[in-house]
Amino acid sequence: MAAPMSLLVEFGGGAELLFDGIKKHQVTLPCQPEPWDIRNLLKWIKQNLLKERPELFIQGDTVRPGILVLINDADWELMGELDYKLQDQDNVVFISTLHGG
Amino acid sequence: MCQAQEQYGGCGWPQGRPRVGCAQKCMKCKEASPVLVIRVGDAFCKACFREYFVHKFRAMLGKNRAIYPGEKVLLALSGGPASSSMLRQVQEGLSRETAKKLRFIPGIIYIDEGAVCGQSLAERAETLLQMETILQASGFPYHLAHLEEVFDLPSSILQHVPHNPAGPKNSYKEAVEGFIRQQRQEEGGGPPLPERHIQEKLAEFCMQDVPRTEGLATVQTEQLIQLFGSVKTLTAKEELLQTLRNHLILHTARAQGYSKVMMGDSCTRLAVKLLTNLSLGRGASLAMDTGFSDDRHGDVVVVRPMREYAAKEIAFYNHLFGVPTVFTPALDTKALEKASIHRVIERFLYGLQAEFPSTVSTVYRTGEKLSATPGDAGLAPGAAEPERCLLCSCALDTNVEDGSALQAILVSEQLSQQRLPAASPAGRGCCQGAEEQRGCCTNTTAPGADARADFLPLLCYGCRLTIKDMTCLESLPLYVRSEAERRKRRALMKLEIQEFLLEDEAVNPGES
Repeated sequence: MAAPMSLLVEFGGGAELLFDGIKKHQVTLPCQPEPWDIRNLLKWIKQNLLKERPELFIQGDTVRPGILVLINDADWELMGELDYKLQDQDNVVFISTLHGG
Repeated sequence: MCQAQEQYGGCGWPQGRPRVGCAQKCMKCKEASPVLVIRVGDAFCKACFREYFVHKFRAMLGKNRAIYPGEKVLLALSGGPASSSMLRQVQEGLSRETAKKLRFIPGIIYIDEGAVCGQSLAERAETLLQMETILQASGFPYHLAHLEEVFDLPSSILQHVPHNPAGPKNSYKEAVEGFIRQQRQEEGGGPPLPERHIQEKLAEFCMQDVPRTEGLATVQTEQLIQLFGSVKTLTAKEELLQTLRNHLILHTARAQGYSKVMMGDSCTRLAVKLLTNLSLGRGASLAMDTGFSDDRHGDVVVVRPMREYAAKEIAFYNHLFGVPTVFTPALDTKALEKASIHRVIERFLYGLQAEFPSTVSTVYRTGEKLSATPGDAGLAPGAAEPERCLLCSCALDTNVEDGSALQAILVSEQLSQQRLPAASPAGRGCCQGAEEQRGCCTNTTAPGADARADFLPLLCYGCRLTIKDMTCLESLPLYVRSEAERRKRRALMKLEIQEFLLEDEAVNPGES
């Protein structure tokens, strides 16, 4: 049982357009049986934050190629990518490097 | 540089990506914990990454020796990640101690393209305000321009101006030494440098009054929207926008006396551009379009100092070191995946890159081996200038010998056009020969076709495709049309006086 946790989720490089143009989102994740990892977070974002065109942000169970993910200012490749277990007060940043966002 | 090659020689084959553990240390200092993975297995800590990034910029400029000390260089800033990071590198380079200092004089240009990218006037003013804050903070002289200003460009912008040979005559080394000597003298004898700064500042203020959104002629905005509206495909729109943008930058550079323009194309962007341009039939000018330096305009040389940076490195640098960027929607923002060739290629490359992390660098390094066509590079001083494309100013790739792919396309085009009048019953009578048909039938079917037929031979193959996607040529800016007219007249005149022209060796005695 994972306790509710609060995260700072940020979007940049044009990815924010899919989220009403808002760059910083202070979110609180609800309790759920399994621990929160990035894979779950992406699902949650898709259902709760994403405003339009989900295919421009999510592809399969991961982010669209060309969108970088930073966890606490470090490359997610160093943190185990989708399997990273989120901690309370973590900062997750998504930056699009695609042309036109 | 050699490091990079070793790295990807050794990288694994398609067995999925190797994962890097969190326990690993920075590959450079072997102490701090890493913050990003640059290439497969290469994790850098923040401090080492910064050093690596800054060094790469200087190394790029040093290696190519393209920019001479004291030269005026125009930085083309879009507000996007790559060009913003380029600006930061220039600032960084100019603030260094003397031995490592960059010695050119920078200026910045920002072009507001909001009109064609669907921004409202209020949004454009907002973006402009954000950009101005960044530009002012840079402390460099800057020029703001609106894409609308292309309608006021002179037609001379399309003419190739031969490079003034006085500059690069002496070697790069001599130029640097000369510059340092001169600077020392100046330091000894009074303060002429601040004076120059004041002059630049003054010049910058004059520039700023002109282009404001409020003062922007709505007529021209309309014209611009009409122009892009007449383009049928997103692919052609992208190409047209790029052409017009380049003309505007070139104009500013010429008017303000800049001899170099820096563009912020990253390695990733260039890899996409390489494959895109290949698909667009621009293969002949690939080396110009993607190389480090591009001298197609003659007097103003475009350089691309960011070409060794991957988009990921740039995004990380900007994020970690607080480089301000301004996001402005582009033509293809929120477009469908297959909306344009640019988009399809980008998706293709990024998709591959996600699985095989050396994709982009491989494409980029392949492109690096291309060089300008021999006819262009080794042009003898006395030889005639090659004919250049009206729009992109690259040497024409269309005067090819028989049996080429282009010829085959033209023949099949002609054949399929000939069938049209046969289908219409009335057309039969007047069209006997192919020559006559041009005069009468095409005129009745499409009024613009004649103008188009005159226009196309002035263009390279890639630009022809762009123009073919336009419904009417009348909305093209005046400078393009008048230059086309001028070239057409010249060609016609040359044809008329052909037989009176003196050939190289001797006058033909039979004529007088």
